[in-house]
Amino acid sequence: MTPDTDPASGNPLPDLAKRRDALAVLARADSKEIAAGLRQLDDGLAYSEPRAPEVGLVMLRGRIGSRGAPFNAGEATVTRAAVQLSSGETGFGYVLGRDREKARLVALCDALWQLKDKREAVETRILAPLRRKQKEKTDLARARTAATKVDFFTLVRGED
Amino acid sequence: MYVAVKGGERAIDNAHKLLADARRGDRAVPEISLDQIDNQLALAVDRVMSEGSLYDRELAALAIKQARGDLIEAIFLLRAYRTTLPRFGASEPLETGSMDIRRRVSATFKDLPGGQVLGPTFDYTHRLLDHALADGGEIEEPATASADGARFRSVAELLADDGLIEGDEAPAGEVGDLTREPLSFPAGRDLRLQNLARGDEGFLLALGYSTQRGFGRTHPFAGEIRYGSVDVEFFAEDAGFTVPLGTIFMTECQMVNQFAGSATRAPCFTRGYGLVFGQSERKAMAMALVDRSLRARELGEETGSPAQDEEFVLSHSDNVQATGFVEHLKLPHYVDFQSELGLLRKLQAEFHAANPQIDTPKDSAMQDAAE
Repeated sequence: MTPDTDPASGNPLPDLAKRRDALAVLARADSKEIAAGLRQLDDGLAYSEPRAPEVGLVMLRGRIGSRGAPFNAGEATVTRAAVQLSSGETGFGYVLGRDREKARLVALCDALWQLKDKREAVETRILAPLRRKQKEKTDLARARTAATKVDFFTLVRGED
Repeated sequence: MYVAVKGGERAIDNAHKLLADARRGDRAVPEISLDQIDNQLALAVDRVMSEGSLYDRELAALAIKQARGDLIEAIFLLRAYRTTLPRFGASEPLETGSMDIRRRVSATFKDLPGGQVLGPTFDYTHRLLDHALADGGEIEEPATASADGARFRSVAELLADDGLIEGDEAPAGEVGDLTREPLSFPAGRDLRLQNLARGDEGFLLALGYSTQRGFGRTHPFAGEIRYGSVDVEFFAEDAGFTVPLGTIFMTECQMVNQFAGSATRAPCFTRGYGLVFGQSERKAMAMALVDRSLRARELGEETGSPAQDEEFVLSHSDNVQATGFVEHLKLPHYVDFQSELGLLRKLQAEFHAANPQIDTPKDSAMQDAAE
């Protein structure tokens, strides 16, 4: 299978960069935050779970010397789930950790995001607040890191 | 040799109840929570994840609690847990060059693009016990400064631009995995790094130290140490694309070492590499030193020091294997010991027959105890 294609139809996936960006935001959030956002647009959506949430491992690969050939650096726990809306869209949730509910909610958000008439609501009600919160957290961590920036200078040796 | 024994069930059961009681300790003292371990003993969690070879902060905190703070026991628990889970596959290679930096220092370049940031470090502390910490209390808010958003270009990248340092090897075939195939020698550098990444910090520290003291000298400089978060991505077959899984914290060390060249290549700096989970700087540095010393043969250097002996290093770096073999000595070895005892008696009888002038010892209680 070629990456970035729908495994069922073999067609290229539309808006993949945006979809991946949404999934990245969801993967960093915790399940309570996602659930709170979803509640705002829940209107009794019917969906099935072609893949019930499942906990497993992913081997994390590093690169030799940071840019060379890959090596196995160690594993991480990962939970995955898939949901399918009655209209046919399948959403996928793949997240670090063992939070089954989170994987299911991420999959549901991913499915809803693919619906033309739901994407806007997913973006504004769920993703936008998460993005804001995550940016605040990252900005603060970076600002605190920046305050520890050091200017080393080399002392010139005397003649004697 | 260990021969199975029966019996002692009640004693074992009661010992485990006693262990649970000792683990909890004085009931008047509040019980420690996993969040507390994760937050306040964060570096212990990092070490258990690294050597347990499993990134999961909550599980590592649980393992530390269950093991009463015995980190090797906690690592053992984590390794045992991982065997219960299916593996979905391997991630895309982590791009540490795009790390969201929380600490980055270099001992070789003072003016690096992005600068040197100390982050949360024990360096430059005076190592005096802080008695104020004993009582707890308010902690001052950390200072902030504007971050310019510049990417922290790595030292390896900078030196490579000038052709002063060796490049990175291109991918070559299947990535070795010692959790699937037992190690055989000689091992590729991918397998060596996997082994070292989960190896015992103390063992690697001692080996790295030995190279500095002259047992396989490599003339190292800490070219760069960086700690921060990296994105994890995974190609999901069912989705048909690479999905982001979240971020993890890692420490990377680029050790820059003395030159190697050949008939076809001008001399350039060589490198040792360390990459570990969490903030584990000592481990990342030790790993980089040992990675470099294990390249002695490849680089045409003299070998013979312990840290250059691949089979010695890789076969003894794993503290779960090591503790298993050392600690199995406390399991009943009665049958084994009795056969040794029988042999010793025979040797002693022969000795006394040949040396009648030396007194024969009286029968001791040893025989009763052993039989």
